[in-house]
Amino acid sequence: MNLQFKKIIFYAAILLAGIFAPIVFPAYTFQLAVLWMMILFALTWDILGGQMGYNSLGNILFFGAGMYICTVVQIGMYYDVAEYTAHFGAVKIDFTPYQYFTGISAGLVIAAFACAIIAVIFGWIVFGLRGPYFAIGTLGVAIAAGELVGAWDYVGGGGGISLPNYPGGPGDREMFFYMLCFISAVCTFIFLKWLYSTRFQLALNAIRDDEEKAEAMGIHTNRYKTIAWSFAAFFLGISGGIFGNMTGFIEPLEVAFPTVTFGIFMVLMVLLGGKGTLWGPVIGAIIFHVIKEITWTYLLGWQWVALGALIIINVVYFQQGIMGWAQEKWPEFFGITVDEAITSAEENSPAEKEASL
Amino acid sequence: MFDNLSLLGLVPMLNLQLLLDGLLIGSVFALAAYGLALVWGVMNIKNLAQGDFVIMGGYITFTLSQPPINLHPILSIPIIFVLMFVFGWGLYHTIIKRVIERDLFTSLLATFGLAIVIQQLINLAYGPDVQTADAGMEIREFFGGEITIADTKLVSFLLALVVGLLITFFMKKSRMGRAIRATSQDARAARIMGVDTDRVYAFTFSLNAAICGVAGVLISIIWVIQPFFGITHSIRSFVIVTSAGFGNLIGVILSALGLGAVEQFSGFVFGAEFQQATVVGLLVGVLIIRQIMQSRQRQVVQ
Repeated sequence: MNLQFKKIIFYAAILLAGIFAPIVFPAYTFQLAVLWMMILFALTWDILGGQMGYNSLGNILFFGAGMYICTVVQIGMYYDVAEYTAHFGAVKIDFTPYQYFTGISAGLVIAAFACAIIAVIFGWIVFGLRGPYFAIGTLGVAIAAGELVGAWDYVGGGGGISLPNYPGGPGDREMFFYMLCFISAVCTFIFLKWLYSTRFQLALNAIRDDEEKAEAMGIHTNRYKTIAWSFAAFFLGISGGIFGNMTGFIEPLEVAFPTVTFGIFMVLMVLLGGKGTLWGPVIGAIIFHVIKEITWTYLLGWQWVALGALIIINVVYFQQGIMGWAQEKWPEFFGITVDEAITSAEENSPAEKEASL
Repeated sequence: MFDNLSLLGLVPMLNLQLLLDGLLIGSVFALAAYGLALVWGVMNIKNLAQGDFVIMGGYITFTLSQPPINLHPILSIPIIFVLMFVFGWGLYHTIIKRVIERDLFTSLLATFGLAIVIQQLINLAYGPDVQTADAGMEIREFFGGEITIADTKLVSFLLALVVGLLITFFMKKSRMGRAIRATSQDARAARIMGVDTDRVYAFTFSLNAAICGVAGVLISIIWVIQPFFGITHSIRSFVIVTSAGFGNLIGVILSALGLGAVEQFSGFVFGAEFQQATVVGLLVGVLIIRQIMQSRQRQVVQ
C-alpha cells in the first residue's frame, strides 16, 4: 500500500464521514453544519494570517457583506426589498420552490463576487498598514460596517430581515443547508490545496517573511495581497449567504458582523491548529468547535470567560499550534529533513540547526 | 440630521456648549490615551484591554460609593490608584511578561483575550445595566441658562489635569521616571547601564493600569459605565495615540480634546446611537490619512 493510495483512502473517508454524519446523528445536523462553516472561516483566515503574515481582525466584514448581499438579491429578484424589510418579518411571503432556489443560487454567486470586489476596494485602503495597525484598522472597518448597516433602513436597519421560508419539510431544510456548508468548506479546502501548490503561495510566504525584500525581488506585493484577500472574501461571502439562510433571520450586530464572536473565533481556531499550514486550521476548527459546544453547554454564563482565558493561554503558552508542535516533534512525517551537508559543515560552530525542505 | 445642523447655525451658544462638554470629557480620554502611549512606547505592547481597565476602575468606584461603604467617588481615587496598580503588577507577571518579546500581533491578541475576560467577569458580577457613581454636585448655569456646566465635569477636568501634571513631574524628576524614559529610548543600552528593565516594564504596565483606573473613576462620575463600553474606550485611546504618536504628550492631550469635541458634535448632529460609529470612523480615517502621508515616502512596486 503506497502513500498515494493511503492519501486517497484518507480523503475518501473524510468525504464519506461528511456526507453520512448528519444521517447518523440527525440531532446534530445544525451543529455539524456550523462546524463546516468554522472550518471554512479558519481556512480563509489563514490565507492572510498564516501564509501572508497579515493578521486581520476584520475578515468578518465579508461574512456580513455576503449575508446581506445574498439576502437582498434573493428577495429583490421577486419582491421590492424596501417594502419587504419595512414589515420587519411580520408578513412572511411564501416563495415558490422555483423562486427560492433560483434566488438563493443567484444570491450566493453575486455575494461571492461582490465580496471579492469589496475586498479589492478595502484592500486599497488597508494594505498600506502594517502589523498591529493592520489588525486594528481591519477591526475598525468591520465594526464600522456593522454600525452603518444597522442605520440603513433599506436593508431593515437594526431590526434585521427575516429570510424567505424554505419550501419543503423541516428535515429537508436542515439537510439542504448542511450540504451547502459541507460543499463550500470542501471546495475551499480543495481550492487552497491547489493554491498552496503554486507560485502564489511562495509569493505570499515571501511577503510574510520580509515584505521589503519581496518587493526588491520584483514581487508586486500590493497585487498579491489584494488578490489573496479577495480569495478569502469570495469564500467568506458564500458562507455568509448560506449562514443567513440557515438561521432564517439576519441582523447587523449579532448575526452579520459578529466581530467579537465569529470574527475572533477564526483567529483563535487558526492559532490553535497552527498557522501557515493547510491542515492546522481544519484541526483547530474541529477542536475549537467541540470545546466551544462543551463550554456553552456546561459552563453557561461563564463561557465567555472561558473563551477569553483560552485565547490568552493559546497565545501566550502555545503559539505554534497543534500542527506546529507536531512538526517540531515528528519532522520526518512532514517531509522536513535535516540537511546533512549544512549541519556537518557547521558542526563545530554553535549555529542554529538549519532545516530545509 | 439636517435639522440639527441648521439648529447649530441658528443657536451659536449651542456650539459653545458642545465644545465645552467635549473638551471637558476629552481631558479624561487623554489620561487613558497617555497610559496607552506609555506602554506602547516603552514596552511595545498594544493594550486592547485599555478601555476595560477604565471600566474596571469605574466599577470599583461604583462599588465603593454604594452602601455599606458609601465612600465619595472623588475620595476613592487614591484607593483605585493603588488597587489598579497592584492589579497591573499581577497581570504583568502572569501574562504580559511572556508576550513582550514576541511579535506585535501576540500582544494585541493576548490583551484582547484579557479584555474579554474582564468585561465578562464585570458583566457576571454587575449585570449589563448602565451604572453611574453619583458625586452629588450641582450644575452651573451661565448666560442666563444658555450654557450649563456640571460641577462634576469641571472637577474631573481639574483632577485629570492634576493627575497628568503629577505623572509628567514623576517622569521628568524621579529615578524610576528616568529609567522608564531610558528604557523606551533603547532597552539594551539601558540594561547595560544597570537599569533593571524587567522592573521598569512591570512598573510601566502597573502605572498604566493605575492611570486607567483613575480615568475610570472620572468617567463613572461624569458619564456612564457599562461592562461592554470598554472596547469603545480602547478604540478611543488608539485613535488618539495613532494620530498623536507616542512620546508626544502635548499631541496626545490636543488630539484627546479634539476627539472629545468631535464626538459631542457628531452625537448631536447624527444622534447618540452613532457614537461608537463616530469613534470607529475616526479611527479608520486617521489610519487612512497616516497611510497617505507614508505613501509619499514609501516606494512600492505597482
